Formats: sequence, C-alpha cells, structure tokens
Amino acid sequence: MSFDYDKYIRPGKLPHIWCPGCGHGIVMKGLIRAIDTLGLQKDNTAIVSGIGCASRLPGYMDFCTLHTAHGRAAAFATGVKMAKPEMNVILVGGDGDGTAIGGNHFIHACRRNIDMTYIIMNNNIYGMTGGQFSPCTPTGAKASTTVYGNPDPAFDVAKLAIGAGATFVARGTAYHATQIDKLIAEAIQHKGFSVVEILDDCPTTYGRRNKFKSVIEMMNRLKDIAVPVKAAEKMTAEQLEGKILTGVLYKEERPNYTDEYAKVIERAKK
Amino acid sequence: MEKTPANIEIIEKYCKGCHICVEFCPTKVLEMKGFVASVKNLEACIKCMQCELRCPDFAIKVS
Ligand SMILES: Cc1ncc(C[n+]2csc(CCOP(=O)(O)OP(=O)(O)O)c2C)c(N)n1
Ligand code: SF4
Ligand code: SF4
Ligand code: SF4
Ligand SMILES: [Mg+2]
Repeated sequence: MSFDYDKYIRPGKLPHIWCPGCGHGIVMKGLIRAIDTLGLQKDNTAIVSGIGCASRLPGYMDFCTLHTAHGRAAAFATGVKMAKPEMNVILVGGDGDGTAIGGNHFIHACRRNIDMTYIIMNNNIYGMTGGQFSPCTPTGAKASTTVYGNPDPAFDVAKLAIGAGATFVARGTAYHATQIDKLIAEAIQHKGFSVVEILDDCPTTYGRRNKFKSVIEMMNRLKDIAVPVKAAEKMTAEQLEGKILTGVLYKEERPNYTDEYAKVIERAKK
Repeated sequence: MEKTPANIEIIEKYCKGCHICVEFCPTKVLEMKGFVASVKNLEACIKCMQCELRCPDFAIKVS
C-alpha cells in the first residue's frame, strides 16, 4: 500500500528545494512515517530547525514549526519545551548547523537531557552555502575551503552526543531508508534527549568535489560503510576499518530536564 | 505478495531525475525517459515499495 505523505505536508509546498538525489528528502519521509507510526498530533508537535539545506525541512511539514537562526535550533526548541513540556519537540538540521556554529547548544541540550529528539542530517559539508568544510568533513576530503584536502579530523556526531550526556543515540543512513523511521520513532518515544544521526549525501557540493560520479555511487558508499551494531560485535578491528556503526548505539535512563525543573518550581513555591 | 498487478504512479512535476528508483528496483521495472523516471516493465513489479520508499522527491507511488 502506498504511504500517504501528503497528509503531513503543507499543501502546495512540493516539489521541495533539495537537489536531485539529496538525501534530506529521504530523511523527511522517514520522519513522517515515524510520526504516523506514533500517531503524533500536528498541534502538539513542534519541529524546529536552524539554517541550512537540511534546516529547510520544517517548512514542508504541516505541524507547529520554527525555522530559527543558524545553529540555534536547540535554544529555541528548549524554550518551546520549557513553556509546553507536554509537546513533542523534534529538532532537525545539518552537520554544519549542529556541530559548528550550533555545537555549544547541541552539547548542552545533551547534558541537560531535555526530552526532545534531534535528527542531524550529516552530509559532511555546508551544502547550502556551496560546500565549505564542516566539523564532519572527513580528513583528506575536498571542500571549497579545503581545496588541497581537509587536514582536520572529523567529529563522530554519535560519540559527541554520548559524551555530552544524550541518553539515546542512534545512527542510520539515507540508503537504509526503512530503518530511518524506526530509529526516529524509538528516539521520540525515549524520555530524555535523543539524537539520531543520519549519514546523508550532498551530491551537489560534496559528491562532485570528491570524485563521486553519481548519486548512486554516494548511496552505495553509505550502503557499504554501514555495519549494524549487532553484526559489529562479531567483527575484528581490521574488518571494521573504515566502517561506521548503525542502529541504536546508546540508551540510558536518567532524570530529564523538564521534570527536574518542575521540581524546582515546586520548591520555589513552598 | 498480492496477485493484482501493481499500479505505479510517477508524478513528473516532482521527479528530479536522480536515478535512485531505477537503480534500486530489484526487478528493473523502471527506466529514465529523458529527465524523469518511467515504467518500462510493469509486469515485473513485485510491489516491494523500494522505489516509493527511497525516492527523495515524493514522486513515485506504488499501489
Ligand atoms: C550566523 C550565520 N552564519 C553563517 C550563515 C551561512 N550559512 C547558511 S547555511 C550554512 C551551513 C549549513 O550547513 P549544514 O548545516 O551542514 O546544512 P546542509 O546545507 O549541508 O544541509 C551556513 C554556514 C548563516 N546563515 N548564518
Ligand atoms: S546543496 Fe547539497 S545539501 Fe543542499 S539541497 Fe543540494 S544536495 Fe542537498
Ligand atoms: S515496487 Fe519494487 S519492484 Fe515495483 S517498481 Fe518499485 S522497486 Fe521495482
Ligand atoms: S527516485 Fe524519485 S526523483 Fe529520483 S528518478 Fe525516481 S521518481 Fe524521479
Ligand atoms: Mg551539511
């Protein structure tokens, strides 16, 4: 049976602005299926983003949405959650938005364990502005600002989130489309700050510079590098060389910020 | 799998010609016709929904 995405998309908003083969559309579809699975209500669900191609996502979604300032999705989303703790709050954005200019907001949202879900579309580049390197650009890769190859090591977004205190961390890819909605649904259900990193492709500004001949080559790379966590347990260090773990990477129960803050309010009233 | 033949709808004004549906269809039902995807061999469709699921542009529906 065909899935009815139109039910969740603002009328007249398609086609979207993303380039041919850009994985952001695949992630948006995964998010929609997750929302459908969980039966989240439009007027009780906020989707919040910063700036970038990935951050254009909320504009298409027929929910309560906020398109904010570059890197500031977590700050605005925190405001929404604190004012309306009963609301489902979902943050979306790119690797540049979330780990460069928004890196501080990201780690502190993790540390506070605010009950929100953050979907980070990691295409290893600043797509929107023409392909400058981001903190997630692999060492050696070409960007408009690293024409001789990037000397920097890249962030591992999932490890960064775990280290900073996120209590649910998962990773998927734009190739593994069926897994995206399942990871997002589990993340939304988790009580606490949940992070879902989706390894994504930007054929326009990353692919071309890094000798990917087509969108299909980029998709096949995602297919090849991904190893499910369970399968990785049986693999040697050599076999895991150059691979990236996918699935639910970390899960823990810990007091969440809105509950703790409610206690502060109670104490202050006494 | 149901026996009724598949109905594949390609919304041409949404299709951006990325080739994803063509490449990842397990039974090679689809092809590119100019810039947009098109059905080449409907009988071979096993309704696996891979094309609909993967299309970044909401441009293909299988029922
Ligand atoms: C304060 C500020 N600085 C810089 C910019 C320019 N800018 C817009 S989008 C962007 C990077 C977006 O990259 P990413 O978040 O990875 O999203 P993508 O486009 O790759 O999906 C930058 C630097 C801006 N809009 N605002
Ligand atoms: S520039 Fe890159 S990230 Fe932006 S829409 Fe195009 S492919 Fe996607
Ligand atoms: S449903 Fe499956 S078999 Fe049919 S066209 Fe799509 S990918 Fe091919
Ligand atoms: S996947 Fe979608 S956008 Fe890409 S060629 Fe097929 S129908 Fe067109
Ligand atoms: Mg990016």
